[in-house]
Amino acid sequence: MSRIGVFVCHCGLNIAGTVDVEKAARLMSNYPGVIYASDYVYMCSDPGQDMIKEVVKEKKLDGIVVAACSPTMHEITFRNTVASIGLNPYRCEIANIREQCSWVHQDNKEIATEKAVQIIEATVEKLKLDKSLVPLSIPITKKALVIGGGIAGIQASLDIADSGYEVVLVEKNQSIGGHMLQLSETFPTLDCPQCIATPRMVQVGQHPKIKLLAYSEVEEVSGYVGNFKVKIRRKVSFVDWDKCTGCGLCIEKCPVKVLSEFDEFLAKRKAIYTLFPQAVPNKPVIDSNNCLYFTKGKCRACEKNCSVKAINFEQKDSFIEEDVGAIIVATGYDLMDKAEIGEYGYGKYEDVIDGLQAERVLAPAGPTNGIPYRPSDGKIPKEVVFIQCVGSRDPEHYYPYCSKVCCMYTIKQAMLYKHAVPDGQAYVFYMDIRCNGKGYEEFLQRGIEEDRILYIRGRVSKVFKDGDKIEVWGADTLTGRKIEISADMVVLAMAMVPSQGVKKLAEKLRLATDEYGFLTEAHPKLRPVESLTAGCFLAGAAQAPKDIPEAVAQASGAASKVLSLFSQDVFYHEPIIGSVDEEVCVGCGNCVNICAYDAVELDLVTKVAKVNPALCEGCGACSAACPSGAMQQNNFGKRQIFEMVDAFTKG
Amino acid sequence: MKISYFPGCTLKTMAKDFEDSALASASCLGIELVELPRWNCCGTVYSLTSDDLIHQVAPIRNLIRVKEQEDNRVVTLCSMCYHTLKRANKLVREDREKLDKLNNLMYREDVKYDGEIEVLHLLEILKNEVSFNQIAKKVKIPLKELKVAPYYGCLLLRPPEIGLDDAENPTILKDFLESIGAEVIDYPYQTECCASYHTVVNVDLVVERAHDILSSAINQGAEAIVLSCPLCGFNLDNRQKEIKEKFSDFKGIPVFYFTQLLALSLGLDEKVCGFELNFVDPRHLLKSKHLTGRV
Repeated sequence: MSRIGVFVCHCGLNIAGTVDVEKAARLMSNYPGVIYASDYVYMCSDPGQDMIKEVVKEKKLDGIVVAACSPTMHEITFRNTVASIGLNPYRCEIANIREQCSWVHQDNKEIATEKAVQIIEATVEKLKLDKSLVPLSIPITKKALVIGGGIAGIQASLDIADSGYEVVLVEKNQSIGGHMLQLSETFPTLDCPQCIATPRMVQVGQHPKIKLLAYSEVEEVSGYVGNFKVKIRRKVSFVDWDKCTGCGLCIEKCPVKVLSEFDEFLAKRKAIYTLFPQAVPNKPVIDSNNCLYFTKGKCRACEKNCSVKAINFEQKDSFIEEDVGAIIVATGYDLMDKAEIGEYGYGKYEDVIDGLQAERVLAPAGPTNGIPYRPSDGKIPKEVVFIQCVGSRDPEHYYPYCSKVCCMYTIKQAMLYKHAVPDGQAYVFYMDIRCNGKGYEEFLQRGIEEDRILYIRGRVSKVFKDGDKIEVWGADTLTGRKIEISADMVVLAMAMVPSQGVKKLAEKLRLATDEYGFLTEAHPKLRPVESLTAGCFLAGAAQAPKDIPEAVAQASGAASKVLSLFSQDVFYHEPIIGSVDEEVCVGCGNCVNICAYDAVELDLVTKVAKVNPALCEGCGACSAACPSGAMQQNNFGKRQIFEMVDAFTKG
Repeated sequence: MKISYFPGCTLKTMAKDFEDSALASASCLGIELVELPRWNCCGTVYSLTSDDLIHQVAPIRNLIRVKEQEDNRVVTLCSMCYHTLKRANKLVREDREKLDKLNNLMYREDVKYDGEIEVLHLLEILKNEVSFNQIAKKVKIPLKELKVAPYYGCLLLRPPEIGLDDAENPTILKDFLESIGAEVIDYPYQTECCASYHTVVNVDLVVERAHDILSSAINQGAEAIVLSCPLCGFNLDNRQKEIKEKFSDFKGIPVFYFTQLLALSLGLDEKVCGFELNFVDPRHLLKSKHLTGRV
């Protein structure tokens, strides 16, 4: 016979105002198996918890039911309370008589009390069959994988490595740095992004705890928190990076010139190339689509000029495997495809450029050394129109969300343009100006007052070429007038979208994405750096559009989550998971198909279902799908559920 | 191929040249445009007032006429008729209640309308059923060296859900004109509004807009404008008189219906083109390009 105690909480008047708590406690004290029942004003308070402890000891209770608020609030509190005096925490159950009773039946005290008693009775019935469970302990490989070497990935890698744990950093380009290295200056301080990012990049390159795998991509991921197995493809570079000294002679001698992706197609690079002079690692790759040897079978100038014989035209993709305990995804963003926006003439007119191209045009180390020459004829533009929210905040055509950084970088770009061309005019068409960061609003005021940027509230309807001018037609919605500007150059603040290939990567990692492909966090407010897959964390613009400070903050947040995981030798996992009665299981595989976490598989030898306890999140889908009752959730067994149903329906 | 044809009022009066050249060209391409019996005004301007159902009676009654012919398609030439009929059709296809009310308003009609008629513009027939490639094969006098600027105006393209091409970057007129051998000029004003019915009360406005549109085309090297709307035609062609009064340096430019050039290129009798109805006489231009007087 059970020795169960029932503790009914008043929660001030939250419960007691509707439910007759004294009566409930009185009725419960006569219930079979219950040997003690009482009520108290705040069970979660220290005196309330102390009372529980004393009663459990005094009456030698083997289980308790706390009738109070939702288990999402205080289940953990009361389980810790009983655990502190030696009772198994899974022998403590919560009967929710607040959210599911008193709050929804405030107009009828009598019925509310009756229902509260039924809820408590059902919970007692469940408790009678509850097993004493022990959390699973899973060993942890204390090594992290960071995917993406932009500023977020760099920050996360350094934070983890500086704490003494090993990091594998995978970057798809030949150098880390990401979009930040393309930028002209950074808002709101106008400091140079290369100056602040390159020291971090060098640290990554030199760090003894960081294994940097540039020009590589994640191919396969298996395993679970603490024990991931990752297969990484090292893309073929045709250069033996171990031999290469980074002297750059091969680049100098290469006769092929093609448009540079890093310079957003505004300048040329060679067929063998590094991204930029401060690249980490500073090793070149050969672009086989444009290399003369690969296209026409001749040249090999790079090979002839390499003193250390690092060029290897026979090189192939290679694969390496790594065991890691945690993964941070920091894959960043791209700008949306501009060809979609017909009315703004991108792609049709050379002098209509996007935000990242404007960064290159204005960058001191850019193709024009920071002097804003326009792409078509190299003239210095005297009238520049910036159009904000191109593709963003446009639910009818493109994306409904705000890309968040465009207001700020447009101010910066207009300001830099004015600094370079003081007699030029910068116009900005805007919907709203969103400057919600530290020093951001002041930056905008400075742009308007000191640099005389002209802000026009309204949308642009049409952009077209007339002679060597770009005509911009729009509306000033504050005055209601039509605006026509004969501009020399137009800059489109295109919507930010997740970087290419993220959807595929998310599938490999079993991460959720929203309908635009941004990675979904576990909770939008309280778990913003975790994904729903245990052991996978998010950083930077892969999760949502972000500026540099935010991306860095989130990266440090993700790193600290990894560190707290690594601070223990084993990882404890809730034991409320599916378990199989192997005698009963017929091996139909329903549970395998329904499991969203790939936690169930059919044993090849015995042909029965097997639960991987580390992967199981305890959702219960397998147990509902099982036709024979072989698959049952710990402490949510079928018999427990039926006993609870009986308690509710007996009257 | 036989297909019901809704002319509309201007096609019988000011734009007779449009109708004649269209009917002759279509017949040459194997399409018989069969004029609807008892057609009435298309409704002219599509009413944007949601409870103003009485304005939809005219277009829907025309669609009933098509149904009576046991046809399921009707083709128009005038952009405005196309717009009004197609938009009214879309309205009743999507709103059963309004359709029922309209049928009740027209209770004396023998058949009830059920949204089954497809409204098409002749350009769509040329593109999708004849195909521009086939037209190119039938061209006898390619309009080589004739630099033309297509003008869409608004009613062929907007709103996008009833437009016959991309509202921002349409190409159907360009593709058509290239198939008959003309050199097509790109200019930014091809989808700008001609000011439409402001021509009745606000001539100045029309003059300014038409001047901007025509000058832009001329500056890009156009020798003629090509369009498919009699109202745009009036504003861009006939209003050149007032444009010249206001802008003394404006030289003038002929304005064609696309079917006039089609008939010409197919080598049809020049009479069907009705060039005498054009306000700015194009015959000198065509002669200088050796495009007339050859057959």
